[in-house]
Amino acid sequence: MRYLPLTPDDRRDMLRVIGASDIDALFRDVPEAARLPGPIAGLPHHMPEMLVERELGALAAKNVPAGAGPFFVGCGAYKHHVPASVDHLIQRGEFLTSYTPYQPEIAQGTLQYLFEFQTQVARLLAMEVANASMYDGSTAMTEALFMGRRVTRRKKYLLSGGTHPHYVSVAETLTRFTDDEVVSFEPALTPGAPGDDLAALIEAIDGETAAVVVQNPNLFGHVADLSELAAAAHAKGALLIAVVTEVVSLGAIRAPGEMGADIVVGEGQSIGNGLNFGGPYLGLFATREKYMRQMPGRLCGETVDANGKRGFVLTLSTREQHIRREKATSNICTNSGLCALAFTIHMSLLGEKGLRHLAELNHARAVQVAERLAAIPGVSLMNDHFFNEFTVMLPISGRPALRAMAEMGVLGGVSLGRLYPARADLDHGMVIAVTETVSDDDIDKLDKALRELVK
Amino acid sequence: MMNAQGRPTAPVAANADAPAGITGNRALMLEEPLLFEKGSPDRCGVDLPPVPAVASRLGGLDRHRPIGLAGLAEGEVVRHFTRLSRQNYAIDMGIFPLGSCTMKHNPRLNEKMARLPGFGDIHPLQPQDTVQGALELIHRLADWLCKLTNMPAVSMSPKAGAHGELCGMLAIRAAQEAKGDARSVVLVPESAHGTNPATAAFCGYRVEDIPANAAGRVDLAALKARLGPDVAAVMITNPNTCGLFEPDMIDICAAVHAAGAFVYCDGANFNAIVGKVRPGDLGIDAMHINLHKTFSTPHGGGGPGSGPVVFSAALAPFAPLPFVEHQHGRFELIEEEQAHASAAHDHSFGRMVAFHGQMGMYVRALAYIMSHGADGLRQVAEDAVLNANYILARCKDVMSAPFGDSGPCMHEALFSDDFLEGTGVSTLDFAKAMIDEGFHPMTMYFPLVVHGAMLIEPTETESRANLDQLIEVLRGLALAAKAGDSARFAAAPYHAPRARLDETLAARKPVLSWREPAPAAAAE
Repeated sequence: MRYLPLTPDDRRDMLRVIGASDIDALFRDVPEAARLPGPIAGLPHHMPEMLVERELGALAAKNVPAGAGPFFVGCGAYKHHVPASVDHLIQRGEFLTSYTPYQPEIAQGTLQYLFEFQTQVARLLAMEVANASMYDGSTAMTEALFMGRRVTRRKKYLLSGGTHPHYVSVAETLTRFTDDEVVSFEPALTPGAPGDDLAALIEAIDGETAAVVVQNPNLFGHVADLSELAAAAHAKGALLIAVVTEVVSLGAIRAPGEMGADIVVGEGQSIGNGLNFGGPYLGLFATREKYMRQMPGRLCGETVDANGKRGFVLTLSTREQHIRREKATSNICTNSGLCALAFTIHMSLLGEKGLRHLAELNHARAVQVAERLAAIPGVSLMNDHFFNEFTVMLPISGRPALRAMAEMGVLGGVSLGRLYPARADLDHGMVIAVTETVSDDDIDKLDKALRELVK
Repeated sequence: MMNAQGRPTAPVAANADAPAGITGNRALMLEEPLLFEKGSPDRCGVDLPPVPAVASRLGGLDRHRPIGLAGLAEGEVVRHFTRLSRQNYAIDMGIFPLGSCTMKHNPRLNEKMARLPGFGDIHPLQPQDTVQGALELIHRLADWLCKLTNMPAVSMSPKAGAHGELCGMLAIRAAQEAKGDARSVVLVPESAHGTNPATAAFCGYRVEDIPANAAGRVDLAALKARLGPDVAAVMITNPNTCGLFEPDMIDICAAVHAAGAFVYCDGANFNAIVGKVRPGDLGIDAMHINLHKTFSTPHGGGGPGSGPVVFSAALAPFAPLPFVEHQHGRFELIEEEQAHASAAHDHSFGRMVAFHGQMGMYVRALAYIMSHGADGLRQVAEDAVLNANYILARCKDVMSAPFGDSGPCMHEALFSDDFLEGTGVSTLDFAKAMIDEGFHPMTMYFPLVVHGAMLIEPTETESRANLDQLIEVLRGLALAAKAGDSARFAAAPYHAPRARLDETLAARKPVLSWREPAPAAAAE
């Protein structure tokens, strides 16, 4: 067994040192009735590396990877090009195989990149402070709700109709056994600005409202100015929580922090991280400095060492499980460290100039595709304003259309029927994401496939 | 130059005793500025295709103001992060004996497999016919986790151990509410893992402690005495955080069930018993499995992890969405409550995360299980336990092992600071002195059950030679402390990239992001 270094002689000698007759003597606290006499049935015998590789390779080969052909699937996860140096650097053993930096003197590498990450995230979201990452965008959003409760001492949340329905489900699940009230607005399929009805949201804010949650760009790809919403929330003593599932958009459009948001959360997968079928991903979380001590998750802070040199440590951790554990602000005890590292490296490669260029490229590509598809008879573009994702209505049902397109080798988007099974009126809707990885040939193939299906 | 907090804004020479050279570095001790101090907004390390000329459809929401990001050329980025990496200790460099954290060798095969395009480059919302291999992999891992635990159902989606714990407790709460039996209290023994009380509180329960007995186990009599109609669940860590197996586990589960409550088991330490004991045989109702610990995923400086939860038949109907089912020769992802109500999970309490959990960790876990097989996993648990007992046996004459006489430990050995009494050396000092000897310290001051705790977990992937080296260091430091060599400990570490860092300052005046230093002229 290639990973286990002890030899039979080692084991015998070590048992002698311990004073145990055999290995089972060390398991003597296990009740007799629960001791297994031998290997568990139904699992394979141990396999050499070559065979594991062959078997997993065969499973992987049954999937169609995003890179295999034209690909336009988004809605919260995006295919972007990740420079080769990102994956190379995160695989350095000193990053890959280190632990939570509990011993800061020998973990400055991790701590410094977390400090750099926090700085990048705060600036990208136009906020003052960010944490060192969370599980993903959806759990970050739910943590933001609870933080809204701590700040305002109110317990009603208004979730806009353009919020990713899976994110809404997570919030509903995690508040299910609290006395918090989650009011989820249904998406409005308004031509021109699909998803949100910001006026209705503003109307609904009252003196009980802890926070208003709005995603931008929203699930349908629509981008909106949140300033009025922020002002309305603040006027009633509520917070504005903004959700960004496509962070590349922040290289082109105004950040929620510039539009008055109090907490901004996001899914950071787009920068540095692959699709990975949904995980691991990277939750971003940022807020204003005045709410810093209410912020959940792990934080890295600057300090000095005994010789006066600058260094970094995990800080403000008393909000977590260390003392008075039942009073902790959340039960989270980790962060997505390695995904945050990938983000930091990719962001340092891009820099300000590169991020803006990447965002412009995404937008321009999306405009090209939207205009091509809008010209197909029977297909209508729902959005006036969008970043790299938009919604089209087809004359046919979306789910079978996507399956048929997949048969033609085109992964064409996300059907609204999959995300909103209870909304018959959305059944013909499809959200299409376009990134820098889309080529002219890909656009031709999407156009051709869609024309074929709707004719 | 100083920042607003009066702290230096640039690194100083690594070897402060000697005058700084031109680079501020000494030999291979490399100091590295923050990337914001090196980069600039107009420098870029990627070449992107030109932007096609189109009319903007951003609706006038263009971002005009500078964002404040720093860029570097590719070679500079590589050098920056390579230099940073060298200021980290890692399991690839040596033993990392953090108790309760399980730092074992990370096979590179697992990394290679997780990066296959068929796993790493697939989208969670692709048509299901295009991801049958991925769904099959999740289904197979789920099935094997059920077999390893003898539990009938598993929810794969939780993203970490603490998240799995939350999932398990939500299922317990949902099950009791479905019976119309609202209970308010969760009992948490002192020997439980650190996140347990926070999780129970998060689910709306009041937490009560159950004391540990003199042998470091749950006090069974105290537990039985407290059980009653208000108790929803007992959260037990087994093996517990003292590194001990709870010998009364079957009796505990029976008593809890008789009182109408459930047993949640924190499975953080499952690597100690995998292949040897199945939690379902003990009577447990729900347990999360830290895939990253038991089946290895690199910890990556803090995460990501993965925390699937196994459920008993009583809790299975309440498990969260989504889950994978195999029907009519096809794998199907059940992700909707209304449309596809599945008989097996007809009371699902909802969704824990946006998508389907940590695919990258599933691939690594499956590769690890296949590499070891049923035979090897048994050996994994045996070697992990053997290694811990070897450390306990060889150190307990010079260090204090509070439970060392009450039987073997499992995969981690617990010491208290009694042996340091009167030496002026604390657990913290002792740990920091280990750094000077080239080792990552053990877990300190946890669990809270013993004073000045030191919890050492070697794992199954350490050789006897590695253990002997660690043992010599532990013994040497213990003897040095007792001999009065307190200078060696007072300000340790002396040879790390940093001396002890001022954590109080960091918390009192938090600086969480970099700001441009004030111009020198303005400071005068």
